[in-house]
Amino acid sequence: MKNNNRFRLDTWGIITLITLAIYLLFMVYPLGNLIKMAFYGDNGFTLDNFIKFFSKRYYSSTLINSFKVSLAATATSLLVGVPMAYFFAMYRIKGKGLLRILIIISSMSAPFVGAYAWILLLGRNGAITNFVEGLLGISVPDIYGFNGMLLVFTSQLFSLIFLYVAGALSKVDNSLLEASENMGCIGVRRFFKIVLPLITPTVLAGALLVFIRALSDFGTPMLMGEGYRTFPVILYTEFVGEVSQNKGFASAIAVVAILITTAVFFAQNFVSKRKSFSMNSLHPIEAKPLHGIMSVLIHLFCYVVVGIAMLPQIYVIYTSFKKTSGTIYVDGYSLDSYVNMFTRLGRSIQNTIIIPVIALMAVVLMAILIAYLSVRRRNILSSTVDVLSMVPYIIPGTVVGIALVTSFSRKPLAFTGTMFIMVVALIIRRLPYTIRSSVAILQQIPITIEEAALSLGSTKMKTFFKITVPMMSSGIVSGAILSWVTMISELSTAMILYTGRTQTLTVAIYTQIIRGNYGIAAAMASVLTIITIISLLIFNRFSKNGEITM
Amino acid sequence: MSQIIIKDAVKKYGNTTVISGLNLNIRNGELFTLLGPSGCGKTTLLRMIAGFNSIEGGDFYFNDTRINDKDPSKRNIGMVFQNYAIFPHMTVRENVAFGLKNRKLDKATIQRETDRFLAMMQIDQYADRLPENLSGGQQQRVALARALVIRPDVLLMDEPLSNLDAKLRLEMRQAIRNIQKEVGITTVYVTHDQEEAMSISDTIAVMKSGTIQHLGTPRDIYQRPSNLFVATFIGRTNILPGVIKGGTLIFPSGYTVDFPAWTSIPDQKVQVSVRPEEFMIGPAGGPGIPGTVVDSIYLGLNTHYIVDVGLEHKVELIQESEIDNRVVPGSHISLTVKREKINLFKEQGDVNLLRGEPV
Repeated sequence: MKNNNRFRLDTWGIITLITLAIYLLFMVYPLGNLIKMAFYGDNGFTLDNFIKFFSKRYYSSTLINSFKVSLAATATSLLVGVPMAYFFAMYRIKGKGLLRILIIISSMSAPFVGAYAWILLLGRNGAITNFVEGLLGISVPDIYGFNGMLLVFTSQLFSLIFLYVAGALSKVDNSLLEASENMGCIGVRRFFKIVLPLITPTVLAGALLVFIRALSDFGTPMLMGEGYRTFPVILYTEFVGEVSQNKGFASAIAVVAILITTAVFFAQNFVSKRKSFSMNSLHPIEAKPLHGIMSVLIHLFCYVVVGIAMLPQIYVIYTSFKKTSGTIYVDGYSLDSYVNMFTRLGRSIQNTIIIPVIALMAVVLMAILIAYLSVRRRNILSSTVDVLSMVPYIIPGTVVGIALVTSFSRKPLAFTGTMFIMVVALIIRRLPYTIRSSVAILQQIPITIEEAALSLGSTKMKTFFKITVPMMSSGIVSGAILSWVTMISELSTAMILYTGRTQTLTVAIYTQIIRGNYGIAAAMASVLTIITIISLLIFNRFSKNGEITM
Repeated sequence: MSQIIIKDAVKKYGNTTVISGLNLNIRNGELFTLLGPSGCGKTTLLRMIAGFNSIEGGDFYFNDTRINDKDPSKRNIGMVFQNYAIFPHMTVRENVAFGLKNRKLDKATIQRETDRFLAMMQIDQYADRLPENLSGGQQQRVALARALVIRPDVLLMDEPLSNLDAKLRLEMRQAIRNIQKEVGITTVYVTHDQEEAMSISDTIAVMKSGTIQHLGTPRDIYQRPSNLFVATFIGRTNILPGVIKGGTLIFPSGYTVDFPAWTSIPDQKVQVSVRPEEFMIGPAGGPGIPGTVVDSIYLGLNTHYIVDVGLEHKVELIQESEIDNRVVPGSHISLTVKREKINLFKEQGDVNLLRGEPV
């Protein structure tokens, strides 16, 4: 491209400026506002909010709690996800295709639904708890607090590690493994000496994602954390608290959260840059048949893990058909929960369709444009857009929500309470993922194809829409479906932003759980799960290799 | 049809200058090759002509039109890329017709011209297929048809054969040569393969570090390379030290050679370039450079010999194979040279003393 590294005010230059303006208005300004509120009280600059946070154990302990449970969840997810992906790549496992789809489904479900289901199963009055205590007379370990959160996070987030690592393993050339075998290094030793070093950057990227998801998850600790408070909870309660609403203090907590996730992000980036290899496999790893005790153990491992991951989903669907009386389940089955559901839904089904659909269209369009700018038109401005677009990747959803609410509550930008702001929130939060996957697709397309079109007299815009976009399309469609699924199961931002008119399905489920209307909540969660599964089946048809880019 | 004139071209990446003040005049209708090792700036120069690289200085003309600030899409060039750059989501016919559609021609013309070039490149039977079902050679033909159908002023080809296997490469080389002559289009061809360049080009520019080392016909470049770099880059050669004294060339071994053309060369130390086929083998003790055969490699038509002549590097020579092998390793021989063919360079290697021109 001509003058590749300099900014020029052509069509692409104007697009750069527009995206930059959007980011400045809807992300930089709200976050700046948030930081300002954290540092400025009624009497000007102050550190009081931070002093309050770090000096009172009630608040500062949430930080340690969040760290402990997120680190533990990352470790356990790695311990489950990495071996699982390795077994899937190396061995022929019966029912592999089905297991894979189930893993994808569990990765896409809303964590708080999992938390709620585990409470139904293992809580104080849970199905398994009662069964085991009644039968064996031993008490089941407490599901609330650290243990329960670790279980929920692991059973859901291991799937992210699995998908990441499976993708990386598909790029490892079989000849590397054969060469290693040739030199006498096989089995576990080969895994640690050859395979693991090759996929380390991917493992780290997956670990970062798991850590940040666990750290910023809001629904799970709200439902089962009880005394074990993490800071998304404290952030939420301080912000919307009925007793004492303290926006400055909430902002300070948000700033601390951003600092922590940023630090983790840079640490991960630093390590994986130094360990990254580019690989291209001509001969992918061939899955070998399993024999004897190894076969039994590996199959057992895979099925048990997937079983545990799926158990909450299945149990929620099961309970949605149970008969209820008021807020408690009674014997027998009925469709009452579904019937009652409709009285409580309000506009939430429509909202769950309309808001993500609008956001999705904007995300896809912006992601394609920004990806193109950052791959093909690298200059200072487009790099700025690229960096800005990645910021939400490491910012907890609750923080995004608070920043938007506080910044757009006054005229002329009074968007708080509108559907528009919910759309904006989804766009900002989902864009980093879609941009990354679009960048990856675009980097696969040789620039010479676009040059060929230009040399044949096609204009820049025509080349983009007639040549580049069609070549990206299969990747874009599958990426869009994944974005859609994450959007419909989003809770943490919606909890801050929703009003009665803009309530989404996830908010409705959460509200019903809090009110104890378990039957209705289960029915709603089942609807959400069904929409998710249908979307993923469509994804499977569109995606060439089922590769998931989160 | 155009001639291409390049005046004082400058290319910079950041603060590093890749090409500084390059001049070139490519004649109308010729097949002009930029030849050089990787990183010599040949592709950079081609992409400056195409408009895909910025031009930091100098003027580029197609005939009288200065093209520096023209968009690539307005330069009316046909380009063939190393990876073919076929649009994967369009059929062969759609690929070829793409440029014509951008020129807003009427449907009948587009149909007619597309058919003509599909037939010319012998790909008409694949017209409705998607390119992923085509072999490399067929894709290359699509690329060529697509570039030529728009009647470009110049055709630019960036290593078009490097992704093909050896046999196909020879076949396509001939096809490109024939089509180029048939259409009569000014063509700039980039390659690092000197044999390919020799076989296809009217004129070759040998490049190194962003400068043109030698501009000439394939014959000129091979027979009278302008400096030592060109002599060693094009074909193989042996470099021997020597001294010119009174028009006589004296090798370190004492072997002397006279040639009428050398009488005007002032006395000086020289470097002598003797290509493997420019040596002749004589019996030991005869006139020539004495040496010992270290190895002989029989290749059918020719036999290669590696000979130790007591210098730092062993010399390599090629003889037509004899029916019996009389020159076995260990043989003592003496080597004479074909005086009309060998080249003499100044000691620094930058000037060929047999060319009447300063470089």
